[in-house]
Amino acid sequence: MGVVSSLANPTRFLSWSSRLLPIVSVLAALTLAVGVYWSLFVAPPDYQQGDSVRIMFIHVPAAYLAMFCYVVMAAAALGTLVWRHPLADVSARAAAPIGAAFTFLALFTGSVWGKPMWGAWWVWDARLTSVLVLFIMYLGLIALWRAFDDPSRGAKVAAILILVGFINIPVIKFSVDWWNTLHQPASIVRMDGPTIDPSMLWPLLVMIAGYTLTFIALHLAAMRAEIYRRRARTTEMLIAARPASTAVRPTEAAATGAPPHTAH
Amino acid sequence: MSAFAALIVQTVAASIRAGGGALTGLLFFLTVVSVIPFGVGPDLNLLARIGPAVLWIGVLLSMLLGLDRLFGQDREDGGLELVIVSGESMPLFVLARACGYWLAHGLPIVLAAPVLGLILNLSPLALGAVTLTLLAGSPALAMIGAVGGALTAGLARGGMLAAILVLPLSVPVLIFGVAAVNGAIADPDPFLAPFLIMCAFTLFSAVLAPIAGAAALRLGLD
Repeated sequence: MGVVSSLANPTRFLSWSSRLLPIVSVLAALTLAVGVYWSLFVAPPDYQQGDSVRIMFIHVPAAYLAMFCYVVMAAAALGTLVWRHPLADVSARAAAPIGAAFTFLALFTGSVWGKPMWGAWWVWDARLTSVLVLFIMYLGLIALWRAFDDPSRGAKVAAILILVGFINIPVIKFSVDWWNTLHQPASIVRMDGPTIDPSMLWPLLVMIAGYTLTFIALHLAAMRAEIYRRRARTTEMLIAARPASTAVRPTEAAATGAPPHTAH
Repeated sequence: MSAFAALIVQTVAASIRAGGGALTGLLFFLTVVSVIPFGVGPDLNLLARIGPAVLWIGVLLSMLLGLDRLFGQDREDGGLELVIVSGESMPLFVLARACGYWLAHGLPIVLAAPVLGLILNLSPLALGAVTLTLLAGSPALAMIGAVGGALTAGLARGGMLAAILVLPLSVPVLIFGVAAVNGAIADPDPFLAPFLIMCAFTLFSAVLAPIAGAAALRLGLD
C-alpha cells in the first residue's frame, strides 16, 4: 500500500506518467499495427462467414474493454469512497468517456457484422441489449459528472452510482437473458458453435493486448488532462477570489468594456 | 408517532397538497396511456396484446415525475443537515421518504391502471395480473427512484437527469413484471417464476437503495 500511495500522489503521478505515457503509446501503436495486419490480411477467412469474420477482431476486444473499463471505474469508485483518494476520482472520471467510446465501437462493429450475417442492423439479442444498457449507463454517468460544478462533490456522488451500477449490471444481464429466451429463443447465432482455430485465436489475442495498451495510454493521458484541468480551475478560482486590493479591477474592466476575468 | 411514520406522513402530505405533484403524475399516466392508441391504431386485438406493457411503461414513466422534489426540498431548506445532525439513521430516512413517495406517487397510479386497462381491451384476468404485478413491483421503482433523487438532489434540472439514471436500472423490474403478466394470460409461459423474481428484486432494492441513497445524500452535501 505504501508504494501505491506514493505513486498515487498527483504530482508524482504527473512525473512518472509523463515518462511512461510515450512508452505505452508506442507499444500500443506497434501491437495494434501487428494485430490489424495479422487479423485483416494474414488470418484465414472463415469457412462459413468468409471475410466478414474479420470484424470480430475489432469487435471482441472492444466488447471486452467496454466491460473492463467499468471494472476499472468500480475499483476507482471504491478508492474514492473508502480511501478518499483524489486520484481515484480522476481515474474514474477519465475512464468514463473511454469506456463509452469502446462500448459504442462494440455496438457499431456488432451491427456492421449483423447486417450481412443476420440481415438486420440490430437484433434484440440478449447480449446486444445488455451492452446497449451499459452504454446508456456510461452516458448517464458522464451527464451526472457534468451536472456538478464542484468536481470533488460530483466525483463522490458519481462513485455511488458507479457502485450501484456495478451491483445492478449482472441483474440486468440476467433479466435481459430471461426476456430474450421468452420472446425469441431460436433466432440467435450462437458464438459457442465451433471452437476458435489457433490461426484466428492468435491475432485476436494480439488485438486484445493492443486494445488494452491503447486503453492504458488513453487513460493515462486523460488522467493527466483532468489533473491539469482541475489545477487550472483552482487557479482561476483563486484569482477570482482575490481580496479587496484588486477590487478596483472590475470597475476598471467595466470602464474599458472588457469582462473582469480577462483583465489579468 | 415514531419519526419513521411521521416522515412517511409528511412526504405523502407534501406530495398531495397543491403543487405537490402526485396528481400531476396520475394525470400524466392517464395521458400517456390514452395517447398510445393514437400512435398504434385502434385495433383492439393489438391493444389487448400490448396493453400490459403499455400500462407498465406508463407507471414507470409517471413515477419519475416527482423525483426532483423527493430530496430537493430537504437540500434547499436545510432539512437534510438537521437529519444528519440529529443522529437518526440516514438509510431509514431515505426508506421513509421512498415509502411516502410510493404511497403518493405510486399507489394511486397502480390503482388507476386496471381502469385504464379497460380502454385497452384487457381481459379480466389480465387486469388482475397487471394490478398484482404493479402492486408488487412499483415499490422497487420507488426505491430505485429514491437513489436517483438522492444522486441529483440540489442540482439544476436534477429531475431530468434522475430520469436518465433511473430508467436503465429499472429494466429488470419492467422485464419481469411484463413477463409475469404475459405468463398469466398466455398458457405455456410461467407466471410464478418471473413474479417471484420481481418480488425478490423489490426486496433487494428495498435493502440496498436506502443505503446507496443515504450515502449519495451525505456525500453530495459538503
